[in-house]
Amino acid sequence: MRHAALATGAAVVVGWPWAAPRYFVFLASLIAINAIVAIGLNLLSGYTNQLSFGHAGFLAIGAYAAAILTIRAPALPVPAALLLAGLVTAAVGLALGVPCLRLEGLYLAMATLAFGFVVVEAILNLDWLTRGNDGLRVPAARLGPWTLATDTARYYLVVTVAALLIVAAVNITRTRTGRALLAIRESEIAAQASGINLAAYKTLAFVVSAFYTGVAGGLFALVVGFLSPDSFDVFLSVDFVAMIIVGGLGSILGSVVGAALITTLNDSLAGFQNYRPLIFGAILIASMLFMPGGIARALGTIVRPARAAAPPEPPRQGEDR
Amino acid sequence: MLGVEDLSISFGGLAALSGLSFAVRDREIFALIGPNGAGKSTVFNVITGLYRPSHGRVTLGGDDLLALAPHQIARRGVARTFQNTEVFRQLTALDNVLIGRHGHLRTGVITGALWLPRVRQEEARARESAYALLTRFGLAAVAAVEAGGLPLGAQKRLEIARALASEPRLLLLDEPAGGLNPTETQTLMAVIRRLRDESGLTIVVVEHDMELVMGISDRVAVLDHGRKIAEGRPHEIATDAAVVEAYLGSEEDA
Repeated sequence: MRHAALATGAAVVVGWPWAAPRYFVFLASLIAINAIVAIGLNLLSGYTNQLSFGHAGFLAIGAYAAAILTIRAPALPVPAALLLAGLVTAAVGLALGVPCLRLEGLYLAMATLAFGFVVVEAILNLDWLTRGNDGLRVPAARLGPWTLATDTARYYLVVTVAALLIVAAVNITRTRTGRALLAIRESEIAAQASGINLAAYKTLAFVVSAFYTGVAGGLFALVVGFLSPDSFDVFLSVDFVAMIIVGGLGSILGSVVGAALITTLNDSLAGFQNYRPLIFGAILIASMLFMPGGIARALGTIVRPARAAAPPEPPRQGEDR
Repeated sequence: MLGVEDLSISFGGLAALSGLSFAVRDREIFALIGPNGAGKSTVFNVITGLYRPSHGRVTLGGDDLLALAPHQIARRGVARTFQNTEVFRQLTALDNVLIGRHGHLRTGVITGALWLPRVRQEEARARESAYALLTRFGLAAVAAVEAGGLPLGAQKRLEIARALASEPRLLLLDEPAGGLNPTETQTLMAVIRRLRDESGLTIVVVEHDMELVMGISDRVAVLDHGRKIAEGRPHEIATDAAVVEAYLGSEEDA
């Protein structure tokens, strides 16, 4: 059942460029990029309860880092450029995460919001590097002998990276690190009493979140092909938060679904710019009122009864300590 | 094993503990009792590093605990439960216990992301031992249930299971019988005794339930307004004039 769903999903993703019009291939790339950001944000906000309204800032850093690397070092293969973009952004995440250890809730939200503004100002002022308001044209990326010049080629790059990062996130969340992050969200004092280093894991959440968003930024630069500071305004940060709230806080799959939903919605509302905030606000309020755990949890309650009926894993004997 | 010397701490000018000293021996069940607000939970919060005392020393087997952060104290083998149960409510019972094993696992963010063979083995072993603990506390059937949805008695047992998952030397139980019915309390007493007899744990228990305190403790210390007013074997405490006054006084108020 689960394997069948995964196989169908994979087939749709792989076959998409042949079935869909060119614009929808581009849109699917955007969805995959936003899904990576949403996963990164969810690890920070949904798993560790550190709310960020500054992820457009991280996305911008990753995007500009990848673009500048591609311009200055055209021979650099794409995976290396993306990895470096992720690492640069992760370093910024570390620098932001450490002082933010002292902040919680609303204060943390304000600090990250300010961070988003600072990044945009920095891009404007470092115009020798970023070309400021004029914007930066990103050359086509190279991967070995190929140039990723078409929407389809870029789409395959994006979905490959997204798939790898989704699998990595699922693995992180089902092992020790993910449990430690969730423990911090649930009860800081009980987490400490269980031997979890709060400061280390809260900072780690910032670093991993920034890494994901930085890689997504690199992909964004390649897919969109042109960067300017106004692509990374505060409304984009709010969109990312909307994705994880609608999709489900503390859920990797929910992050992907939320990203798909909000990105598609954004695109279909492009003609109604004036009503966009109204519709978005209504969706957010409705989702928090009627679906507090997001789509992931709403689906979970439909699926779960079947799982709960199954007998529990048999306990092994002779392990009693 | 555990040494508390001349401990003082105050909150907003109000002395919660003043000059408190006691020593807990290896493999002993030591009870801290006293009226509400006597400072019993404060003692636990100081031992586990949540509060910094203004004065005094806390040592565990010779190590100075006051120099350590809460998670470091936990890694030295001090585990605890909380007065108002602090289970991870939205996580399953199994995950609660797995989190208790945190300090014994090695998987980091990158090795975890790569799902290396050794990570898989570590996870499998951790799950096995977590199931064993859940089974021991009658929670195997609810391993996949969110902890917040369990009845209070089960949450209390889950908290003990989570504490034991860290394989502690010293276990601090804060009102383990609070909210339990007499039958459950009897079971709990047997469990605590077995932890000492079979697993060799040293246990400090804060409790109001006199039946439990008198039934399982080797020694009892009585606190009132942050001071120790008596210490001794259970039967000595039960007849101590100062204790009777402090205790019965508060019982009348209640």
